[in-house]
Amino acid sequence: MSDRTIDRVAAATPAPVARKIKGLSDRAIAWIFVGPTIFLLLAVNIFPLIWTIRLSFTNFRANRINRETEWIGLRNYERILTDLDIWLNMQATAHFLIWTIVLQVLIGFTLAYLINKNFRGSPFWTTVIVLPMMLSPAVVGNFWKFLYQPQIGLFNYIVSFFTGKDPSSFEMLGQVNLAPWSIVIVDTWMWTPFVMLICLAGLRSIPDYIYEAAEIDRASKLRQFFTITIPMVLPFLMLAVLFRGIENFKMFDLVVQLTGGGPGSTTELTSINLKREAFEKWRTGYASAYAIILFVTVFGLASIYVKALNKVKER
Amino acid sequence: MTYSKLATVSALALAVTGAATTSQAEDLTLCWAAWDPANALVELSKEFETESGHTMNFEFVPWPNFADRMLNELNSGGKLCDLLIGDSQWIGGGAENGHYVKLNDFFADEGISMDDFAPATVYAYSTWPKGTENYYALPAMGDANAWFYRKDWFAREDIRAAFLEATGRELAEPKNQLELLEIAQFFQGREIDGKTVYGAAIFTERGSEGITMGVTGALYTWGFKYENTPGSYDMPGAVNSPEAVEALEFYKEFYETATPPGYTNSYMGESLDAFKSGQVAMAMNWFAFFPGLYADPNTGGDKIDFFVNPPQNVPASTLGGQGISVISYSDKQDAALEYVKWFAQPTVQAKWWELGGYSAHNSVLNDPGFADSQPFAGDFLEAMANVQDFWQEPTYAELLLAMQKRVHDYVVADQGTAQEALDKLIEDWTETFEDEGKL
Repeated sequence: MSDRTIDRVAAATPAPVARKIKGLSDRAIAWIFVGPTIFLLLAVNIFPLIWTIRLSFTNFRANRINRETEWIGLRNYERILTDLDIWLNMQATAHFLIWTIVLQVLIGFTLAYLINKNFRGSPFWTTVIVLPMMLSPAVVGNFWKFLYQPQIGLFNYIVSFFTGKDPSSFEMLGQVNLAPWSIVIVDTWMWTPFVMLICLAGLRSIPDYIYEAAEIDRASKLRQFFTITIPMVLPFLMLAVLFRGIENFKMFDLVVQLTGGGPGSTTELTSINLKREAFEKWRTGYASAYAIILFVTVFGLASIYVKALNKVKER
Repeated sequence: MTYSKLATVSALALAVTGAATTSQAEDLTLCWAAWDPANALVELSKEFETESGHTMNFEFVPWPNFADRMLNELNSGGKLCDLLIGDSQWIGGGAENGHYVKLNDFFADEGISMDDFAPATVYAYSTWPKGTENYYALPAMGDANAWFYRKDWFAREDIRAAFLEATGRELAEPKNQLELLEIAQFFQGREIDGKTVYGAAIFTERGSEGITMGVTGALYTWGFKYENTPGSYDMPGAVNSPEAVEALEFYKEFYETATPPGYTNSYMGESLDAFKSGQVAMAMNWFAFFPGLYADPNTGGDKIDFFVNPPQNVPASTLGGQGISVISYSDKQDAALEYVKWFAQPTVQAKWWELGGYSAHNSVLNDPGFADSQPFAGDFLEAMANVQDFWQEPTYAELLLAMQKRVHDYVVADQGTAQEALDKLIEDWTETFEDEGKL
């Protein structure tokens, strides 16, 4: 008897089952295996997406299911794209996204570079640094709210200590010019460790012999940094940027806890605004169009970015 | 056995079975906001449990999440709540979307008359369309926005003398909104017992309904109206009238010159905290909290007093409070209606007031001893005579969020003018009513 795996599997298959599948092609068997996954994917991802696209052309409201739903064509899209307030929300989101990524990459990479030096106590400091990202965003939002409190908040006192300004003379969460920065600071505090960990993985993946070869060639430390370290960590950095970009584009919980979107609408990010439209105002058709616009934006940007990432990896 | 005997026995058996069915003990769930009166209701409901044999469960949700949580529950046809003490503004949606059971037949069968309740509460908490005799709730908790202050500070000779010198008049409860601001500004940043205190805690919350409930307290007293003609949705000239603009500017000035630092997103809880911690001389809040405030060992008792929202051009207060409704998706509607019937009894209503709930029943409110029964009872009666409420349309949430945004943008974020804020508010509301086919 042959000892091929396929023969052993065939021999182990119970006779009734073997009779049933006898005559099925490999392709058919493959479909049987992937079928449930494809079905789930269609049910959980594709169908809701198609349904959302359909709803986006109507005036449907999920809280008024008895009301007749009208087909209103592109009206929802037109309203969203011509609404100045929504463009302001987009601006607030862009401000948050860009600055959190810039700061997290700069600080995260610097910390990873230092931790990678393997100084005494570096494992302890690594643990301390990654603690913030282990906390719940709701908890972080709440305690930063206290830190930012103008009368008793530690943050204001620290700023006051260094600048000499009266601690209660500025309100991080209440002033239009400071509130957007307050959410950037908190997100950076919380998620820089994540970027640091990815950068650390990148730095530790660089073989030592490359640096040794560079030293034999008498390359300076600065030259080694720009020609070895940065290019070899770049794919990791870009991956971190992609993760943080996608996460922060849909940022909700932390900002709601901190500012509730205020003062006014200064920190009302698109996800907060979308939630209000969909589940507080119950304008389901309008919110669907809004979600599609955001989806296309993120999908488009992410596609371009992934192409760039692949090019960097090919180099 | 003869046919007549058989029929009699069968009828008796049916009657016994029927009686057993109606008196079957149920587990009822009552949903409401998590606040002081809810605790009083738990206490009160123990009597119902003893009398009826039903068990009462309670689902209390903190105010900032109350509307979100409960409206999601109703919109999804959820069976969590058999009874709901829902906010007054939900009555339109509750009725039109079929969430609430219409109670007219039940009231008629059980002899419950709406004439037994304060007219303002029946109008606001029970009827839809407004003012018609279509009842979807029984007035459960009368409430309005009012003020409380540090009576001990107001009585101190040094403070009184300083106030007299600064303003030329005696320090006393304000008779109008401008006096209210003047007093708050007087206390702003003042040193009392070595501690810096501030004028007043007002509502500035952005996320749910806070700033709207606060700002309408000023708007109504200046004569603000939602429509030129009630029911017409004709808003230009009413919503953005010169008086409304003046009132909104007043509220912004109040926020900027007489509230504690960092008071940018504050509602009921923050107002209570600010007062109880001795940070402010005055604060606005709902009557529902007044029994708890009066009982507070540090700032209650002889250190606190209360006053109704001061008039400006007209006397007016922002309406709070809720009616109790039976949820149409409940499988235990009979038992839920039993609760409503029990709750409507004058004796139960009297005990409700005694425990800290605000009864809207005439037998309680018109009792000769009512006004003196609590230090704030007289103010409550006065406020309820002049209450005004926000839109109660089925789209109230959309209308409310638009106002939250426009008012917060102007008052707290200092963007644009009062006139622009109100003009934009009309645009938002017009769009909503156009979508609804009402304009």
